[in-house]
Amino acid sequence: MPDVVVIGAGMVGAACAYYAAREGLTVTLVDRGSVAGGTTGSGEGNVLVSDKEPGPELDLAMLSCRLWTELASEAREVGGFEYEPKGGLVVAENDEVLRALTELAGHQGGSGVVARPVAADELADHEPHLAPGFAGGILYPQDAQVQPMLAAARLVRRWPGVTLRTGTEVTGILMEGGRVTGVRTATGDIPAGAVVNAGGTWGGEIAALAGVELPILPRRGFILVTEPLTGGPSGGPFVASGPLVRHKVYTAAYVTNVASDSEGLETSAVVEATQAGTVLIGASRERVGFDRTVSLPVLARLARQAVALFPALADVRAIRAYCGFRPYCPDHLPVIGADPRVPGLYHACGHEGAGIGLAPVTGLLVAQLITGAEPELDPEPFSPGRFAGAAAWTA
Amino acid sequence: MDSVNGVNSVTGAEGTDHADHADRADRTGRVDGAVSGNVDKGGGMSGASPYRLVGARPEPGFEVRVDGRAVPVVPGQTVGAALHAAGIRTWRTTRFGDRRRGLFCGIGVCFDCLVTVNGVENLRACLTEARPGDEVTTS
Amino acid sequence: MTAYDLVIVGAGPAGLAAAGVAARAGLRVAVLDAGARIGGQYFRQLPDGFNAARPGALHHGFSTFVRLREALGGADVLLGHRVWAVEHGPEGGFAVHCLEGREERARTVAAARLLIATGAYDRVLPFPGWDLPGVMTAGAAQALLKGNLVLAGRRVVVAGTGPFLLPVATSLAEAGAKVAGVFEAGGRFGLAPRALARPGKAAEALAYGYRLARRRVPYKGGRAVVAAHGDGELTHVTVAKVDADWRPYRGGYETIECDTLAVGYGFVPQLDLPAQLGCEIAGDADGGPVARVDRRMRTSVEGVYAAGETTGVGGADLAALEGVIAGRAVVADALGAPAAGDPEDPRMEARRRRLAGFARALLRAYPVRDGWMSWLRDDTLICRCEEVPYGRIKEVRDLGAADARSIKLLARPGMGWCQGRICGHAVARLAGEDPAPPRRPIAQPVRLGDLAAMDGRTLDDDT
Ligand SMILES: Cc1cc2nc3c(=O)[nH]c(=O)nc-3n(C[C@H](O)[C@H](O)[C@H](O)COP(=O)(O)OP(=O)(O)OC[C@H]3O[C@@H](n4cnc5c(N)ncnc54)[C@H](O)[C@@H]3O)c2cc1C
Ligand SMILES: Cc1cc2nc3c(=O)[nH]c(=O)nc-3n(C[C@H](O)[C@H](O)[C@H](O)COP(=O)(O)OP(=O)(O)OC[C@H]3O[C@@H](n4cnc5c(N)ncnc54)[C@H](O)[C@@H]3O)c2cc1C
Ligand code: FES
Repeated sequence: MPDVVVIGAGMVGAACAYYAAREGLTVTLVDRGSVAGGTTGSGEGNVLVSDKEPGPELDLAMLSCRLWTELASEAREVGGFEYEPKGGLVVAENDEVLRALTELAGHQGGSGVVARPVAADELADHEPHLAPGFAGGILYPQDAQVQPMLAAARLVRRWPGVTLRTGTEVTGILMEGGRVTGVRTATGDIPAGAVVNAGGTWGGEIAALAGVELPILPRRGFILVTEPLTGGPSGGPFVASGPLVRHKVYTAAYVTNVASDSEGLETSAVVEATQAGTVLIGASRERVGFDRTVSLPVLARLARQAVALFPALADVRAIRAYCGFRPYCPDHLPVIGADPRVPGLYHACGHEGAGIGLAPVTGLLVAQLITGAEPELDPEPFSPGRFAGAAAWTA
Repeated sequence: MDSVNGVNSVTGAEGTDHADHADRADRTGRVDGAVSGNVDKGGGMSGASPYRLVGARPEPGFEVRVDGRAVPVVPGQTVGAALHAAGIRTWRTTRFGDRRRGLFCGIGVCFDCLVTVNGVENLRACLTEARPGDEVTTS
Repeated sequence: MTAYDLVIVGAGPAGLAAAGVAARAGLRVAVLDAGARIGGQYFRQLPDGFNAARPGALHHGFSTFVRLREALGGADVLLGHRVWAVEHGPEGGFAVHCLEGREERARTVAAARLLIATGAYDRVLPFPGWDLPGVMTAGAAQALLKGNLVLAGRRVVVAGTGPFLLPVATSLAEAGAKVAGVFEAGGRFGLAPRALARPGKAAEALAYGYRLARRRVPYKGGRAVVAAHGDGELTHVTVAKVDADWRPYRGGYETIECDTLAVGYGFVPQLDLPAQLGCEIAGDADGGPVARVDRRMRTSVEGVYAAGETTGVGGADLAALEGVIAGRAVVADALGAPAAGDPEDPRMEARRRRLAGFARALLRAYPVRDGWMSWLRDDTLICRCEEVPYGRIKEVRDLGAADARSIKLLARPGMGWCQGRICGHAVARLAGEDPAPPRRPIAQPVRLGDLAAMDGRTLDDDT
């Protein structure tokens, strides 16, 4: 009998399994599909501190950023994944936005975020192909990029204490005397001392199996991928005069969109190059349920914003587009920790557009909470208890 | 580069069948056989050739330049077909392994045959009809 | 912008037949095709520049094409139009987004109804050396010859499975290539008794057999090209004697010199556009995805029809017949009366059933067996675009990639230029699945500048 069953082999579940095993626990990680087949396989891999306002989520992100660096350096010995601390460049359309951006950066500094102002005439030093006319920007060297699918798959394999069971759907949560004792799957029960809900966008459904409500909803995002551009020395997309895009580049509007409550479509393109030689343009945000129908207007909007940032992209072709569904909570904070309503049940879901970035810290906290160790960071703001007021469902 | 098929017949490849055509080709200023393998050597049995099969009497052709080299074209042919006919079967190497690529699917599906034409990158040679004066570059 | 009553994507036998029927009934029809000439794959035409006296020499049933061409009537034929996306129009109907010509001019055509007749492309399997220049699809060899009058090679091996190998080898041989052999991985003339029960087709097969024999082209069943060799370009292939599951028998290898290998294992219907619109996709007799249609060639999405290979691989005759049915159905649905004839005409239906039954029998007679996986080596590329070797696929399977999608996510096969059109079948089978319906919101590469220009524009602003 494993100490812990983790439901969901996305980036978050993989990190939970990894850190739990590192704490000496035996873990069975189950997924109804494959490893990284959920939202982890249909998003991007930005590990961002730049887009967060000071507060609990930024603290979480700062710690996670450090953990990612550790994981990546460990990875060199044990079969790696792409991790590139390339830095983010946020640009401002006009002076007013630049002032707001600079102010935000100042506040972020208090949380340990490194932010370097870039004057209008220095932007080209950092991004030679950026469109002219921006008022300036902020460079965030801590922002990084990871290939999340491979990272998730590799983390699962790093500790022998983790058993991965793919193609195993959890259909029920086993309880005894009001306490979780394992999970029911289509291929049999798996008893366990603790169960971690890392079901991402489907975390609410898993919570419901245990008779509790967790308000997690899908927020759709589209991503555009370009043709591979001629490879330069680092394999990234090049044009004649050097790499087309060097950092993650986005406009300040992104930050407001991330935090927005709007149901409607919001886009603010984040443009970046990948090691495969393509340029990724992500991502839109809209609440349309689980609708996969392609929306050309959304793709058109992303394209326009990307071209506005990098005019040279106008002649680059898009060859692919895909979408995913971010798991979001109404208060835009992830749900991390023990569910006070159901002893033995832990949640690690609802990370919205930051689940890749926040996966390591989530895994670490959950592992520490399960073993009773002192958590490295106060998990209270993320506690599932904040929803305890909501009417509990009966199983 | 030795042609393995050499059927593009800008230079009057059909020999006796098409002496008139050869004349025309000469008048357009091209030297017979200037491009290696660009004559209809007939091939297999009994001098069969695609031209003979359909009784083709091609119009005077033109040339395109492929990495500086002249390649003859019959009007309407694709860049890929003209290259292939000229015995050029590889015109691109891959990004990671430097593997050689030419025509594979022939109908615009596989993207193996990418070329740059007049500075426009990543065109499918098998779909791109050649035009007089085209400068084709390969990577 | 005024909409066409019917826009047809694909000017092959299916699309042409439908266009003729609908145009003659008075509908405003446009036929779009990526190619420079009408005809599609089977009736691929030579450029006028060749002044061919006998263009029909390259085609079986050329008169059918001539009839289709002449029947086009008043339909607008828009050639050199690659459709990269179709979507529902803001006020009903459909917006068909094209890129025109080499310049890739963006253009949108509005349609009240849409017929998708985009045909199919060759299905290929990976094997060591299959990415050497000189190895090409059987269809590519045909396209070179029929559309460009270029012989694929001087010394050619034709291999794969299915009845298509015969016409390919025959045309190559008759056009002057030395065909060093035709290797059918299934049984010899795998045609099977069922298939031969259709006299016309049996005669056709026999005729090809005769023409090949006359040119001393060896035709062997139970043989597969399991490796291609050459230093930079193809110089020879290894042909193996294979068992019923296509595993090579020990010691049953021979080496054949050739400069060209034309290889094909059947066809994959081109379903990007119906999938974009959410049309229901079903599994064909060989497990491959096809657009599901009713007796009138209507897909599950109102106003969208499909005909030809998109509804199942069945050859040019069936494609043309389906085109007629689709054309009649569109007319009946548009005018509220079967002005072009009854789309459910019992004789047509009976003929369609017969041809479709024959096509399905062929698919069953020429299945792709999983033994091809034993031809692979760890360094054999599975994905040509992203250069993903088989060893890498095995590695990510071990990491927990249990299905084709996860293999793609972790190892990148299908992420490149061709978007999995070439390796998709192989990757699916390596994952133990039937190939899934395509999900390609962008069916042809489109410039970001053109995509950007669509932002905030409605269909009416176009053209
Ligand atoms: C377009 C887009 C762009 C994004 N960009 C970024 C970015 O740049 N940076 C970033 O940090 N984040 C980004 N995100 C968000 C990020 O992808 C998610 O937050 C993250 O992947 C969530 O990971 P997860 O492990 O919680 O969920 P998932 O990856 O969805 O994993 C949940 C798993 O649970 C499994 N599961 C569900 N129910 C059951 C059950 N009953 N039984 C068994 N298994 C079950 C599912 O199969 C799934 O595999 C983006 C998201 C989108 C859509
Ligand atoms: C390369 C190739 C060669 C073939 N040669 C033969 C042969 O010689 N003999 C034989 O019996 N069978 C041949 N076939 C089989 C062939 O598929 C059928 O016999 C027949 O042509 C099917 O008719 P169709 O009308 O369904 O489609 P097709 O004839 O395939 O016509 C489809 C048309 O749609 C167009 N199209 C597809 N996608 C788009 C898009 N996005 N935008 C615009 N246009 C588009 C294509 O350019 C094509 O002209 C060949 C198949 C292939 C792939
Ligand atoms: S040969 Fe396949 S796209 Fe040109």
